[in-house]
Amino acid sequence: MSARSWDAVVVGGGHNGLVSAAYLARAGLRVQVLERRERVGGATVTEEPYPGFRYSVFSYLVSLLRPEVIHDLDLVRHGLFLVPLESTLNPLPGGDELYREADSNRTFANVARHSRRDAEAYVEYRLRMTQLAQLVHELQATAPPDLVDGAAADEDAAALAALARRYVQAPRDLIFTFLQALTTSAESLLDQWFESAPLKAALATSSIIGSFVSPRSPGSAYVLLHHYMGEIDGVYRAWGWQKGGTGGLAEVIARAARSLGADIRLDAQVQRVLVEDGEVCGVVLEDGEEVRARVVLSSLAPQASLGRFLDPGLLPEELLDRAMRWQSFGCSGKVNLALDRVPRFASRPEPGPHLAGGMSIAPDLDYVERAFEDAKYGGWSRRPFADLVIPSCLDPDMAPPGKHVMSCFVQYAPYALSGADWADQREAFGDAVIDVLEEHMPGLRESILHRQVLVPPDIERIVGIPGGNIFHGELRMSQLFVNRPGARAAAYRTPVPGYYLCGSSTHPGGGISGAPGRLAALRVLRDLDRPAEVSATAATGSGA
Amino acid sequence: MSTPPPHGTQAIQRAFALLRAVADSARPLPLAELSRRVGLRPPTAHRILGALVAEGLLDRVERVERDGAGMGYCVGRRARALGALAPLAGQQKPPRTTPFFARELEHHASFGWRDWSGVAGATSYEPTYHREYWAIRNAAAIIDVSPLFKYEIRGPQAEALANRIFTRDFRKCRPGQVMYTCWLDDDGKLLQDGNVVRLAPDRFRATAAHPTLRWFQDCGHGIDAEVAEVTEDYAALSVQGPRSRAVLVAAARDRAHAERLAALPYFRAAEADIAGCPVLVTRTGFTGDLGYEVWIAPADAETVWDALFHHGEAHGAMPVGLVAMDQARVEAGLALIDIDFVSAAHALLEGRKSAPHEMGLAWTVKPSPDRDFVGRAALERAVAEGFRTRLVGIEVSWMELERVHAPYGLRPQNPHHPPSREPGALYAPYGAEDGRQVGQVTSQAFSPLLKKQVGLASVDARFAEPGTALELEMMVDYKRVRASARVAHLPFYDPPHKRDDVTIDEVQGARA
Repeated sequence: MSARSWDAVVVGGGHNGLVSAAYLARAGLRVQVLERRERVGGATVTEEPYPGFRYSVFSYLVSLLRPEVIHDLDLVRHGLFLVPLESTLNPLPGGDELYREADSNRTFANVARHSRRDAEAYVEYRLRMTQLAQLVHELQATAPPDLVDGAAADEDAAALAALARRYVQAPRDLIFTFLQALTTSAESLLDQWFESAPLKAALATSSIIGSFVSPRSPGSAYVLLHHYMGEIDGVYRAWGWQKGGTGGLAEVIARAARSLGADIRLDAQVQRVLVEDGEVCGVVLEDGEEVRARVVLSSLAPQASLGRFLDPGLLPEELLDRAMRWQSFGCSGKVNLALDRVPRFASRPEPGPHLAGGMSIAPDLDYVERAFEDAKYGGWSRRPFADLVIPSCLDPDMAPPGKHVMSCFVQYAPYALSGADWADQREAFGDAVIDVLEEHMPGLRESILHRQVLVPPDIERIVGIPGGNIFHGELRMSQLFVNRPGARAAAYRTPVPGYYLCGSSTHPGGGISGAPGRLAALRVLRDLDRPAEVSATAATGSGA
Repeated sequence: MSTPPPHGTQAIQRAFALLRAVADSARPLPLAELSRRVGLRPPTAHRILGALVAEGLLDRVERVERDGAGMGYCVGRRARALGALAPLAGQQKPPRTTPFFARELEHHASFGWRDWSGVAGATSYEPTYHREYWAIRNAAAIIDVSPLFKYEIRGPQAEALANRIFTRDFRKCRPGQVMYTCWLDDDGKLLQDGNVVRLAPDRFRATAAHPTLRWFQDCGHGIDAEVAEVTEDYAALSVQGPRSRAVLVAAARDRAHAERLAALPYFRAAEADIAGCPVLVTRTGFTGDLGYEVWIAPADAETVWDALFHHGEAHGAMPVGLVAMDQARVEAGLALIDIDFVSAAHALLEGRKSAPHEMGLAWTVKPSPDRDFVGRAALERAVAEGFRTRLVGIEVSWMELERVHAPYGLRPQNPHHPPSREPGALYAPYGAEDGRQVGQVTSQAFSPLLKKQVGLASVDARFAEPGTALELEMMVDYKRVRASARVAHLPFYDPPHKRDDVTIDEVQGARA
């Protein structure tokens, strides 16, 4: 193995590492992916802890996956199979609900039950958010400049100038909404539109996913916008289920990468990056084996990529300092359930299309705020927020016939508890989640065959993300665009020649988008003077 | 009122008064308000309303009011569906329906019905068809295909007659086998296509989209066989999707029937028993997926429907309408009569008639010296001359869709568009033929599975090679634009499970 020589080594076989590898291989490079675990995927994995019951263990839905990645890597041919979620159910206390479904007239009537004004405002809101998403979606396909590394900035100047021109030309009120979204809280954004508590809470759930903020925290509006940038077939804010779970998606990208010539090596833990005469020349594995290559890309978080892997003397002090202070403490947990029967909601006791949609437990903003209060002081939420999917209702292959699996994404479960240890608290937190679910799905508890509770330290241990943050680092202005992960490393390059970053801790951040992996690979190819024919997303304008 | 109402009709009149009051109101009305409008005491009104709700003529729903509280009555699902059918019937007579109609109404939550050969067919059961499409591709779809015309060819020389009518060689069709075939007029032009199952050495059953009893009978001159129309003798459900086999196996009466269905090969037929009803199951369909068609005596229709849904629930089975099936058949590259080609019996213009070779059906016409089917001589002359058009697949990539929408400030919004049967012009690129029109797309759909626009097209044979670059005219923001398209192999989607062979243990043990 070590006798082979590689053009590029990609550290980490998560979705971004695999996307990078596939793009590099597509351009004719000899690529070696090194994955620490016995399977590819990182946080995009499906496992079968009980026969017939399959969990999409960590990440569970796909929305942000870039169309150009799907197209360039021919992912459909390799098994991409995205079943869209058509509805969102928010159960409310007392057997009430807010149900947003595929048919817009029905959604209108359902929202109107809570407020006729809001039903009309919701139509306008979706239009405005679509315009906003159109305005910013190009950001997902544009490399940020490096504010210090001038060379990188110059290369991207043209693309950025075009982007800036479009922002200047966009309607004023849209730019105003955009600036608000970058800075304000989700609540203050939503207050401008809506009066009814259930709708505001339902929409605000996107503003806290994976983030240590509440809908009342400044900056939460950006997290909401980040989730709006996802699309399925041109429909923003649409979510899809990959057949076989997100592990299925990792397999799809891995197949694409292999078919393009990349080699993926499992059970290969990288210990450090090999640097000779100031230039990267490969990596060293835990067992001392050297894997040599002209360039190395790391898809890991900065603490590892810029910290553990490198001799500290190789980096400017401020970059090293930034890497070690990178905000990646997670606050999201995952409860995976195997169920004996299909769950029944108090508000909707009969099985129906709602079970194949998303469901979330967030009756009003106070509820979410209280959940956050617990976490602010180092506790876990006594009454957690939960975002639910029943994968077996979207994909019969996920559970034996008649049985089901339920994926519960829950907050808040801060990485570090004050005065307590997750080892003692994990199951109690799981109980709190089930208690809340039981209120809305009477009988759920009795139907549970098996339960898996995962909290940030588990994500850190299993996936390797320091702090267990699902986005490899908080999505806040101080950690976005030119700040992701920081000056001298924001344009996928690092100060060490030949060493690149390609994971979710680079622009445009977390979620199964493949965008960081793609942009990093394109940067490498340009630096190697290996132009690649790739798709570029078309500048759409605001539509206004 | 000129004549007094006959005795005993008071309750019915009151029921109608309540129905009218509900129908006249834009929003659900509460009991108190209804009683007042109709002039009944609330307990009386309540009793009658209960009966109407039980019959599905009214629904009891939560009212959409600012004060929020309370229940009200609105027009029920069954009454709405009946109303939706009125245009089909010209409001003169009740529309013809299939034997599954009552069951379909129970699932029907949209406004959509389509006239299929004069019979009401659901376009989609849910308000949008998307989940029904995914049921075909990802779980199990149950589609009512009863309106197909059905004919039996029976008698000592049934085989000879089949071989005279159809282009395929039915001497090679063993009992229990199904053959897809087409049939031609005397000029070698395509009349129709359909599946023919050989039930016994002297008995065949064919399906057709258009009535064709007279043609079949006229072809039989001098042959000792009879042709009978059996359209009304069989209701039919098409069970399609990767879990369709698991659904049928679960619904089979006993292990022997289950084994037979599990092992049924592609394009074969088997008799089976579902919930005590004898049915014929053929491994056929119109979706390009794993699938079966179940042929049922009309009296057993509801029993079989109930059994399939009862056993299908665990496999994600859903009732699926005609829009989702249309989407699937475009992906499967299956040309549809009246849409992608015109039957020679219906074409006003000679140029609108097609030879099988022009519809991708050359494979169904294998010449053999000792056999003579209707249209053979003319077809052979045409083959010698060559054909000027071909049926091809056309695809437009997602990135190209983005590109043509962008100048208008739009992103493609494809999932909102159902499959289209509107023709679209295909042009040669500039530089070839000066960009003139070289064909037309006749069916197209954005495939949410394949992430591209796909279509069936008839093009000039010189542009029919897969990979050929063409331009497809599309409308974006009411402007005609030309998108770069490519000629593609058909079918677009061809999963291996469509024709695989498995055992019952694999069906029951594995995840399908």
